[in-house]
Amino acid sequence: MSPARRFSPFWTVLGLVTAAYLGFWLAMLVATATYTSADGVAKVLLSREILYATALSLVTCTASALLSALVAVPVAYLMSRRRFPGHAFIDAALDIPIVLPPMVVGICLLIFFQTRAGGLIEQAIPLTYTVGGVIVAQFVIAAAFAIRTMRNVFDHLSPRPEQVALTLGASPGRAFWHVTLPAARSGVFAAASVAWARSLGEFGPVLVFAGATRMKTEVLPTSVWLAWSVGELEQGVAVSLLMIVISMIVLAAVKATGERV
Amino acid sequence: MIRVDDISWSPPGKGAKPVLDGVTFEVPRATYAVLMGKTGSGKTTLLEILCGLRPPSTGRIIIDDRDVTSATPGARGLGYVPQDGALFPTLTVREQIGFGLRMRRVPPDRIAATVHDAAERVGVSHLLDRLPPGLSGGERQRVALARALAVQPSVLLLDEPLASVDEETQTGLMELLQQTQRQHRITVLHVTHSRREATGLGDLHLRLEHGRIVAHPIDA
Repeated sequence: MSPARRFSPFWTVLGLVTAAYLGFWLAMLVATATYTSADGVAKVLLSREILYATALSLVTCTASALLSALVAVPVAYLMSRRRFPGHAFIDAALDIPIVLPPMVVGICLLIFFQTRAGGLIEQAIPLTYTVGGVIVAQFVIAAAFAIRTMRNVFDHLSPRPEQVALTLGASPGRAFWHVTLPAARSGVFAAASVAWARSLGEFGPVLVFAGATRMKTEVLPTSVWLAWSVGELEQGVAVSLLMIVISMIVLAAVKATGERV
Repeated sequence: MIRVDDISWSPPGKGAKPVLDGVTFEVPRATYAVLMGKTGSGKTTLLEILCGLRPPSTGRIIIDDRDVTSATPGARGLGYVPQDGALFPTLTVREQIGFGLRMRRVPPDRIAATVHDAAERVGVSHLLDRLPPGLSGGERQRVALARALAVQPSVLLLDEPLASVDEETQTGLMELLQQTQRQHRITVLHVTHSRREATGLGDLHLRLEHGRIVAHPIDA
């Protein structure tokens, strides 16, 4: 009998832990999905407010994912390829948005935009309690996740091809553009998808910095919170189900593309 | 001609032991030199310094009577073939071979002609539209060689180019390397662990030990 087929208490215990964890998640999802009727879900999701929140979520998540990818690619490439004084400190600092409580990030944003520097930005592009603010609130956290993903991608790509490109007369920028970036394209998609998914669920900073005004800055997590806060459980569940479905689609896209990196 | 004059290199960090400690040697023009040495002896580091990919702590590098110590990798007039070929993952063989010319803004018709010639010379004309994942180890090395030769370097640096291919492919590639070097009178520095490669190819034998070129004997 091959070793893989032989009964092993060790692997059986590990399998049971995995099954229990996944089973718990599955049970929660099934319970949520069966809490309300399909008609009830459809009615909620087709209401004017929720249609607006859905559209706003899709738009703002896409904008913040694109911004995150635009920032993540250069930052991650720098951190992956160069060593400089303070590298370890900057590397840790880039993870701050991941470990900070989201609500605190929202408060920091709100306070920054009350300062002189923040005020100058506000004069050019009003952000506090606006749709732009929703994007900024999502971006500040999502970008950190995108940077982490891109860092892994670049760490796994050998620097040799770009070094050969340098010996062939390419500048560092052209070597990156023609050799490294095309090789990392599925990683860029994965990073943007992770940022998108993260933005979809972002609540704390959005609530604090952009507010929760119906038909203005209300995104899907805000809808769940607004529904919950007034006891509209069915509405909250319906929106949650929509978010679960969207998240599953994003996860499938990441698995299908990002894991090939 | 390659002249390496008192090159030293230490990894970052206080008190780190130097990997290269006053390396000095010369490879005359149109000579096939083979550099041997144990794993970790600094052979690849030395090639990276020659390529301009890593600055030396001290010393000078002269290529064809020109001090290139501070020159960018692309301005040194050399071709570099790393161990696994390091092909560009998303470019076809045609694009790989023409890459250096494209970076030098050579007109497309001249690129096409040079790519055709270089591919024919190394026997990869039938692979021009393939991507690297579809190539065997030997084919990859031939493409990497054509890519390096397309920019007409006066010096060719080879880092264990035959390490990842079978013996039969090795023989074919050795013949190709020898033929290419003689035809184009290129100065070659070939890093290897293989005595077979060293005896079969080298006009000049160098050995790197404890950060220095210690002797030239192939039987050391």
